Amino acid sequence: MAIVAQHTKFSKIAWPVLAWVVALIFFFPIAYMVMTSFKTDADAVKPELLFSFTPTLDNYANMTDNYDYWRFATNSLITATFATLFTLVVSVPCAYAMAFNPTRATKDILMWMLSTKMLPAAAVLYPMIFMTKSLGLYDTKFLIVMVLSLINLPIAIWMLFTYFKDIPKDIIEAGQMDGLNTWGEVREILIPLAWGGIASTALLVFIFCWNEAYWTVRLTTTDAATLSKLIEGNRAPEGLFFGRLSAVSTAAVGPIVVLGWFCQKQLVQGLTFGAVK
Amino acid sequence: MGRIVLEKVTKKFGEVEVIPPLDLTIEDGEFAVFVGPSGCGKSTLLRLIAGLEEVTSGEVKIDDATVTEVPPSKRGLAMVFQSYALYPHMTVRKNIAFPLRMEKMPQSEIDAKVDMAAKSLNLTDYLDRKPGQLSGGQRQRVAIGRAIVRQPEAFLFDEPLSNLDAALRVGMRLEISELHQRLETTMIYVTHDQVEAMTMADKIVVLQAGVIEQVGSPLELYERPQNRFVAGFIGSPKMNLIEGEAAKKRGAQTMGMRPEHIAVSTEAGEFKGTVGVAEHLGSDTFLHVHIDGIEEHVTVRQRGNVNFKYGDTVYLTPEEANVHKFGADGLRID
Ligand SMILES: Nc1ncnc2c1ncn2[C@@H]1O[C@H](COP(=O)(O)OP(=O)(O)OP(=O)(O)O)[C@@H](O)[C@H]1O
Ligand SMILES: [Mg+2]
Repeated sequence: MAIVAQHTKFSKIAWPVLAWVVALIFFFPIAYMVMTSFKTDADAVKPELLFSFTPTLDNYANMTDNYDYWRFATNSLITATFATLFTLVVSVPCAYAMAFNPTRATKDILMWMLSTKMLPAAAVLYPMIFMTKSLGLYDTKFLIVMVLSLINLPIAIWMLFTYFKDIPKDIIEAGQMDGLNTWGEVREILIPLAWGGIASTALLVFIFCWNEAYWTVRLTTTDAATLSKLIEGNRAPEGLFFGRLSAVSTAAVGPIVVLGWFCQKQLVQGLTFGAVK
Repeated sequence: MGRIVLEKVTKKFGEVEVIPPLDLTIEDGEFAVFVGPSGCGKSTLLRLIAGLEEVTSGEVKIDDATVTEVPPSKRGLAMVFQSYALYPHMTVRKNIAFPLRMEKMPQSEIDAKVDMAAKSLNLTDYLDRKPGQLSGGQRQRVAIGRAIVRQPEAFLFDEPLSNLDAALRVGMRLEISELHQRLETTMIYVTHDQVEAMTMADKIVVLQAGVIEQVGSPLELYERPQNRFVAGFIGSPKMNLIEGEAAKKRGAQTMGMRPEHIAVSTEAGEFKGTVGVAEHLGSDTFLHVHIDGIEEHVTVRQRGNVNFKYGDTVYLTPEEANVHKFGADGLRID
């Protein structure tokens, strides 16, 4: 009995403490970045001013005045939104077909899709650059939308497949008996029943698109450049201006953090695959 | 109208032939029941008619129109699933109204029909609930309501009562039979419960391994089973099937006697045996008798309460006119 009591007491205190410590370790770099964004470039590199400094909004003013933040933000918003929509338009019917009319090849096709995520992106970097340049697609929003969609399709299809598989096939068949065609099945049954799953998939894909850096940095220069490009480009030859860089970074991750915060519940459900009914 | 004809229909899942070539006609207005042991292809056959499975070869006709290539939504059939398959995101009212909405019927007409169906199924008080808030029996009713609102060519039922408890099952059985009398629409009903088959059917189709063993009215099947399989499958308790001397004497490989067609005596008779278990149901008593030289016990049905107990010696004599004889090929000999 004593051991049990001790054990509960231990876990009541120790686990939360441990959780907080871990959370703080993870959170510190972000907090550090946000704090730095309110310091002058000179203050930013002085360790003694880590917590005590005179906050300034200069970096943010500078960012919108000199760096054209809003153009990059608009590009990010446009490419992420359209890439998410396009991903859904392709992945919903695809996952639907595989969940409700599986063949012997379905498992293999799913594995094959996932295997494309194992290809090192660097391996196709130069072919991609040459191809897109000769096709005249380099630095276009269309290209970024396509690239973002394609890299996110496998995960979207996997997630949706897992959700759709939870819907009893009988219900779809009842719909067919009641007069639904394929589009009707999707509209009347699939979407209403898997709404949560579709929403969390969309949200996750949107976040991935927003955060994507490898391709957006390398396949754009100005017209289609996203916030990732803005951060990457914030390097001056004479070194880094930490204050400015932190302001840009904070402003780049800010929107997605806020979005994630508001959609926490959906996200958690989405990541615990299928545990929602 | 709802006359359903299957012509040389076959079904393969991969390399496995679940339904070998099969012909069957179900007349308009008939109540047909498919029975057979688990895995014999009853559901598959029903789904072939519904269009939920594609035939591998052969034709399905509804009212002389070939529908083999027609999708389920266009065949004009209604189906009640074993799992009920209600739309969980819709209220009972919306569930029942669903097929009508798909037909683009005017809302006022839909409301009238839903109210009527709900009334006849005692669902009026539950119309605004979701299926998750209903009992099994109520869900079953909603599933039936959804099927009957739209006057289909035929109703297809796949073991609709197997998830209900015994008392409810008897009640629903009567309700479905009554519905059939009232609507006079073709019904095809799948079950593995041969009591349901006997009590509800106009026509019973006995299946084994995808093959039709016999088609006929319940009494035809009961009184003149065409083969050993049907003899053993139809009737509860089962027909006693005996091989050996007694069968040979009658010129058969197997002789069959129903439990109620055996006379019991304490003094003399054809077979001598000892009573194993005696089941007293009040109206009847079932005696399970062990006979020397016969492996399975013989079941005997006696009217009322008969006083036999474990270990009593009894003599059994079959009623000769009611003995069924089957040859080495399992077929009936007359
Ligand atoms: N989609 C499928 N793929 C492969 N085999 C199948 C499929 N559906 C059914 N079968 C096989 O076909 C045979 C007939 O199945 P079916 O469901 O029609 O049996 P049933 O008579 O309805 O049995 P039960 O009384 O258990 O419902 C079974 O052997 C089953 O394994
Ligand atoms: Mg079945």
